[in-house]
Amino acid sequence: MSEPRFRLTDSTLRDGSHAIAHRFTEDEVRRVVAALDAAGVPVIEVSHGDGLGGSSFNYGFSATDEMDLLRVAVETATQAKIAILMLPGIGIREDLRRAREIGASVARIATHCTEADISAQHIRLAKELGMEAVGFLMMAHMISPAELLEQAKLMESYGADCVYVVDSAGAMTIDDARRRVATLKAGLSCEVGIHAHNNLSLAVANSLGALEEGVDQVDGCTTGLGAGAGNCPTEILVAACERSGIPTGVDPLAVMDAAEEVVRPIKPIQGVIDRDGLLLGYAGVYGSFLLHSKRAAERYGVDAKDILLELGRRKVVGGQEDMIIDVAVELQRRAAEAQAAG
Amino acid sequence: MTKVPCAIVGSGNIGTDLMEKLARSEILELRAVVGIDPESEGLRRARERGFEATHEGVDWLLARADEFELVFEATSAWVHRQNAPRYEEAGLRAIDLTPAKLGPLVVPPVNLAAHLDAPNVNLITCGGQATVPIVHAVARVADVPYAEIVSTVASRSAGPGTRQNIDEFTKTTSSALVEVGGAAFGKAIMILNPAEPPILMRNTVFCALGDGYDRDAVASSILEVVDEVAAYVPGYRLKAEPVFEEDTFRTPGGTVSARVVALLEVEGAGDYFPPYAGNLDIMTASAVRVGEAMASAVVAA
Repeated sequence: MSEPRFRLTDSTLRDGSHAIAHRFTEDEVRRVVAALDAAGVPVIEVSHGDGLGGSSFNYGFSATDEMDLLRVAVETATQAKIAILMLPGIGIREDLRRAREIGASVARIATHCTEADISAQHIRLAKELGMEAVGFLMMAHMISPAELLEQAKLMESYGADCVYVVDSAGAMTIDDARRRVATLKAGLSCEVGIHAHNNLSLAVANSLGALEEGVDQVDGCTTGLGAGAGNCPTEILVAACERSGIPTGVDPLAVMDAAEEVVRPIKPIQGVIDRDGLLLGYAGVYGSFLLHSKRAAERYGVDAKDILLELGRRKVVGGQEDMIIDVAVELQRRAAEAQAAG
Repeated sequence: MTKVPCAIVGSGNIGTDLMEKLARSEILELRAVVGIDPESEGLRRARERGFEATHEGVDWLLARADEFELVFEATSAWVHRQNAPRYEEAGLRAIDLTPAKLGPLVVPPVNLAAHLDAPNVNLITCGGQATVPIVHAVARVADVPYAEIVSTVASRSAGPGTRQNIDEFTKTTSSALVEVGGAAFGKAIMILNPAEPPILMRNTVFCALGDGYDRDAVASSILEVVDEVAAYVPGYRLKAEPVFEEDTFRTPGGTVSARVVALLEVEGAGDYFPPYAGNLDIMTASAVRVGEAMASAVVAA
């Protein structure tokens, strides 16, 4: 097999956690890691969907402690590195230390795209602990490529080995993704990554566009299992790359089998690009809001579509799931007032 | 009545906003603003407002310690750790607005009366001042196995100190939910939102409710404490009536079948910071409230 052109990180066991309301079991983690590891996937991310420490009222409680899931992943992997995600403000450095002790070797530190400076403590700690540090700039569609580069430079200055363009809302067009990757590639010495969501059905296309701009790391989730309308499907990305003559280092047939036989039986609560999923991408709303919005819509007798559009208007950022209740309560009140007036 | 003399140490944003509030106090007399930078905008502003202002640091203050009763520390946790023993030795009582956590954690409607004679009190964090009263309000009428808060502030209102020490915010606030609020377990989350125009500070408080809670008692206890906070932070308000949600929640404090959610907004008074910075306003307003109560206790004694 030729030398891979980029490094693939599979985030089924982190971003995919959103799609099943953070209910992965140890057994599922063991089977997914075994299949992806055997297929040659070099990095596998395992955490609560909102990163270490994400288990909460606001984001949903983990059914199994993420540290237990991490331990199973580390014990199962033979060649793959195990990565974690953490968002400063949600997770703390103690969480990172525990993950390191268990054996995680890649620390992905995520902030909203304009707030890179809150990652300094965590990126530095990751390096001190001998981990690979990845900066993860979320909702990167909200600012220009030049502004994104300024934030990426901050992460690089704290010691990040790679900085990702993260399309958390699945709102980027191919041109949006390419321009951001190209600007970061030109302005950084460290590596650059792309994390794509599929709300506009462009996740694979955006990743291929990023590869044409020389992106070094690409994220996928097997079967696309992930927040919102789902992620770039790992097995499709690998197949499309191989067809385009881009070596991935991953066995396409083995990863297809992993998708079909191991991940697909884990039934997501969502999984197709329905109207709400598409609306996230269209309105530029953080993907993990989807299930919470559907649940609140049901609870308060309002339309999930209206919640998502209002969240977009309010310019909420990743992590502000509490605003879903706020919006739902307000929509319910307005509907009651309209009824009383009518 | 004779006013009680006090000083502000730290001439940055917090110190300057605090100065504007102390200037209105009928109980405290601001006698000095102490900084270390001769070019400081805060010191210049203090002089303009007619207050004595020095850039000679705490040495200046300690040389005339007998002229003061109270010191408001508006520097950083690291600086306060250096200063605190010196204040105490000089007989100055400290109200600490940094996250140094040397003295007892104080939230006015909850435990101020218990610490009026403490040599050093700590004001936790902005999120703590905004949310601990709610947790306390619920915990005094119901069993709270777990409390969680989400504090969202405008990016522009979060200074470099907060940004580079975001873990301190979450840890200090989490522990206050338990130690002061009365929850069995606590978790705090902080989010920065860069939207323009800047958003007002938002806080969401979730309290897990043990079986047998009385919905009306919980709701009216929350409304009561919101009024108490609003008495010294006028822009502090509930966005909606407390919301009760029934479901199965597997919290760190055990599985519960209900939670109450309080959606709060804090609009600042616009003294020095713009009104969106409710997070900064609630710290300085709480500091004045604490200082006035400590001063009244001194005068009464």
